[in-house]
Parts: sequence; structure tokens; C-alpha cells
Amino acid sequence: MHVPGFILDTVSSEHSYPLDQNVLYDILILGGGPAAMSAAIYAARKMLNIAFVTVDFGGQIRETSEVENYLGFQSINAHDLIERFQQHVKSFRLPIGVGARVEAVFRNDGLFTAVMEDGLRYTAKTVIYATGARHRQLAVPGEKELIGRGVTYCSICDAPLYKDRKVMVVGGGNSAFTAALDLSRGNATIILVNNARGWQADAILQRQIRDYKKIEFLDLHEVVRIEGGDRVEGVTVRGRVTGEEKTVAVDGVFIEIGLLPNSDPVKNLVELNERGEVVVDCLCRTNIPGFFAAGDVTTIPHKQIIVAAGEGAKAALSAHDYLVQTSRL
Amino acid sequence: MAILEDKIREQIKTLFEALQNQVRIVNFTQEFECAFCRMTREMLEELGHLSEKITVEVYDFVRDAETVKRYAVDKIPATALVGEKDYGIRFYGVPAGYEFTSLIEGIIDVSRRKPNLSQDILTELGKVDRPVHIQVFVSPTCPYCMFAVRNAHRFAMASSFITADMVEVTEFPHLVVKYNVQSFPKIVINENHALPGLPTDTEFVRAILNAIAR
Repeated sequence: MHVPGFILDTVSSEHSYPLDQNVLYDILILGGGPAAMSAAIYAARKMLNIAFVTVDFGGQIRETSEVENYLGFQSINAHDLIERFQQHVKSFRLPIGVGARVEAVFRNDGLFTAVMEDGLRYTAKTVIYATGARHRQLAVPGEKELIGRGVTYCSICDAPLYKDRKVMVVGGGNSAFTAALDLSRGNATIILVNNARGWQADAILQRQIRDYKKIEFLDLHEVVRIEGGDRVEGVTVRGRVTGEEKTVAVDGVFIEIGLLPNSDPVKNLVELNERGEVVVDCLCRTNIPGFFAAGDVTTIPHKQIIVAAGEGAKAALSAHDYLVQTSRL
Repeated sequence: MAILEDKIREQIKTLFEALQNQVRIVNFTQEFECAFCRMTREMLEELGHLSEKITVEVYDFVRDAETVKRYAVDKIPATALVGEKDYGIRFYGVPAGYEFTSLIEGIIDVSRRKPNLSQDILTELGKVDRPVHIQVFVSPTCPYCMFAVRNAHRFAMASSFITADMVEVTEFPHLVVKYNVQSFPKIVINENHALPGLPTDTEFVRAILNAIAR
């Protein structure tokens, strides 16, 4: 077994500067990924009264092992990168609420109130909404029924269970190739299936996995259904050119086909596009004055850590400008 | 060679300054230690040197049969966190990766003698009126599992009817088959009620109450 050292992640669950429901904050930052953390740093440096509320720290970075495309780091362990981010945020001694999801955000008399799943409410003059995205599902028969029984969306969590076993990875981008790499470390036999022609992952990731002997590449194939009763037994795929169907026996299916924005809590407040992303302009403004958004939950096309961090910084500076220009400070 | 890195050790020292009461870390290994038994024991002994509030007791799974029975330990490496009483908090397998956080935060909770839970959750847990055994199956690379383990251990502190185990399954592969573990975390309540994935506090408590419903 690979033991990934001893990870101390206490900031995710405990913090000594609690939020106060009776305070009117200048900025309420919702989310805990790179966009939210970067926004917190930029806002804190403006000496604004900030509240930071998140389920956990790191967002989707938590589900990767190594990060090799963040400026300043040729390669860094994902947890170490999160740790650096959160220590940076923590250094400003902000009130931070960790552990509860936001259920809804309302606007009343120009102020915003976020209602959390634990019933707590926080009010602010502006919001930076950076709640990120979650895994998109295939929406094929068998998928929902077999979640947790061989259908999985988290390779770093579940790859150790598939040591020496046969699995299918669905997707053609960076996440799919990263999942394949995670599985290759356990000597799994991998079938990589992509709906589109070819592969969209970065060339460097493709090169890393192409040397692995136990991988089969199957592009231009779509998943028709996932087979199994108590557990995954196979996957039926259809060739998009030939129309031929075949069932491949596998023990597990790792689905890495993109993201769904976590925009439900604000769907009745701000404009979303057809994919459910919060529509923002180049200053991270939404159609609601005072409500800003950043990172993977928005219409910004490239879902990357460094892009999200940049967007978070922009959102904080825009929120500050808004507070100054509307004489709300 | 030290198991814990200097940086982690310093962070823990700072966290342990807040320890309020004595915590006993009770570890079970054996004379001819498996690799993970040794790693676990050495790591715990290092923790014991980081605060005067922590004592580490090491028992032999074979020779110390009476203690093994008292703590109801059925596999090793095993670790119990004990305060003024045994709350039923167990770690089976090395608490490495993200589970190291579960261990450190568990020590802090036990030193406080009370779990960090909302009044609503405590009220619901007060309805538990018969034994509940929670097993949380994890892998050390799973970034979400620690939240399930933390809640299970907090629940064990809150209710004298509840015992809660973290089980690192790659060290106990037969349990993968026995409990049909196919994703992490997987929670099993009283052997036959399973919860795949990470539930919220409320969902977790509801599952416990459903499991013991008459």
C-alpha cells in the first residue's frame, strides 16, 4: 500500500475566528477553492470586513494528487498546495465558517443574506460567489443505481480498491487521464472511453499514460448503460461511427466527463447560462449589482486552478470598487 | 528516523497547547510487528512526546488478552482514544494520509471531554437507546473520508451507546469483500446498514436512528 504521509488538515474543520450572524459584512465569500481563497486574500488586504464560508478548503484540488501547472511550482503535491493557500488565507485572521453548504442566497434592500444548510444566516453588502463545480454524471441506465458499487467519480479516493482489477475510465480530458494515472499505480487494466474523436487532455498527461502497457484507448464511443446488480459487472458502449454495441466486463467505472456548476443556491437570484453557470463579465460582475462570482461556477471557460485564482482576485477588487463607488464603506 | 516531519510536528505542538485534559492513546500491536503496526506505534509514541497531556500505552494483541478483550479489539494495528472513560473511539490500521487529521482532532476532542456538535445533532443522538457500532471504511488518500470518521467519533463521544471505528481497508482486504466496499468512504452501521459516500451530520444521525428503529 502507498501511504501518503501524515496529512494535517485541521483548518478544514476547525477555526478560531468564528462568524457572527449579527454582523453586516462588507463581503461574504462563499466557496473554498482557489477562486474563493484568492478573493479572500485580496479583500483582506483592502482591510474589508469579510466573512468566508465553505464546506471545505481546496475545492476540486482535493481530488487530485499532483499539480504541475501552477505558476512557481513545477510539481507540487495537491494537499501541500491547498495547505499553502489556506495558511495564506488564515494569516489574515478572517472569520471563517467551515462545514456547511449554502442553501440559498437572497437579496433584500440591497443586502445579501446567505442561508446555510445548518440554518445559520450571514448578511453582507456584497457577495463573491465561488462555490465551484461538481462531477457531471453520464445519465445512462445503471449509473445512479451503482454509485458506490463500482461507479465512482473520485479516482484519488477509490483507485486503491481497483488494484490489479479491470476498470473503465470515461472521458477524454485532463481529469480522465489523471484518473488513469491514479489507477495505473495499482496495476489496473484500464479502458479509456471517449465520446469525442481523439483526446483532449494536455499532451504531457497523454504522454505519461501512453507508456503504460495495460491501457486500451477507445475514442468515438459512448456509454450506453452500466451493467450489474449488486455491483458493476460491465459497461455497454456504442461506436459512434459504426453504431455497433458491445459489452465490456469491468469491475469499476470512473466517470470523468466534466463538471456541473454549483449554482443551485443562486438560480433564482442571478442570470445563469444554459449550462447553469453564473454569467459574469470581465470584472466578475453578474447581472445583480453587488453580487460577484468567480471560478468554476462561472461562465469563464477554462476550469484551471490558476485561472480560478486570478478570477477570485478580480472579483475581490471589483467588489471593493463597488463598495467605494456606491459609498457603502 | 522520525516518522513525522518537523513541520507537522511543530504544527501539532501548537495545536496541543490547547489540550485541556489528559488523553490516553491505547495502541495494540504484537511482538513481531507488521509494517503498519510498527509505523502506527512509532507515530503514536512520537505524538506522546509532543504534550504532557498525552500518554501512550502499548499492548500486545496476543499476550495482553485481557486488555484486548476490555477494549473489544479484533484486529491490529488498533488505536483507542480514551479520556475520563473509553468513548469507543477506534482506529484500525495506520491513521495515515488524511486520517492523521482525524486522529489529531480526535485527541483534541477527547481532551475537551465533549464533541464539537450542534445542539440539534446532540438532541437527535440522545434518542439512541441501544448499542450502535459504526464502521467507516477509508483509504488514506481519500480527502473526504476524514469528515465521516470525525463525525462517527464525535457521535461515539456524544452517546454511550455508540462505538465508532475508522477502518483503513487496504490493510484489511478481507473486509472489502465482507462489507462490499467499492467506494470511499463507506459507512456500515450495526453490520447491515450501509451508507455509501459522505453524508451530512443530519443524514448520518438519521441513518443511525433508522438502523435501530424497532
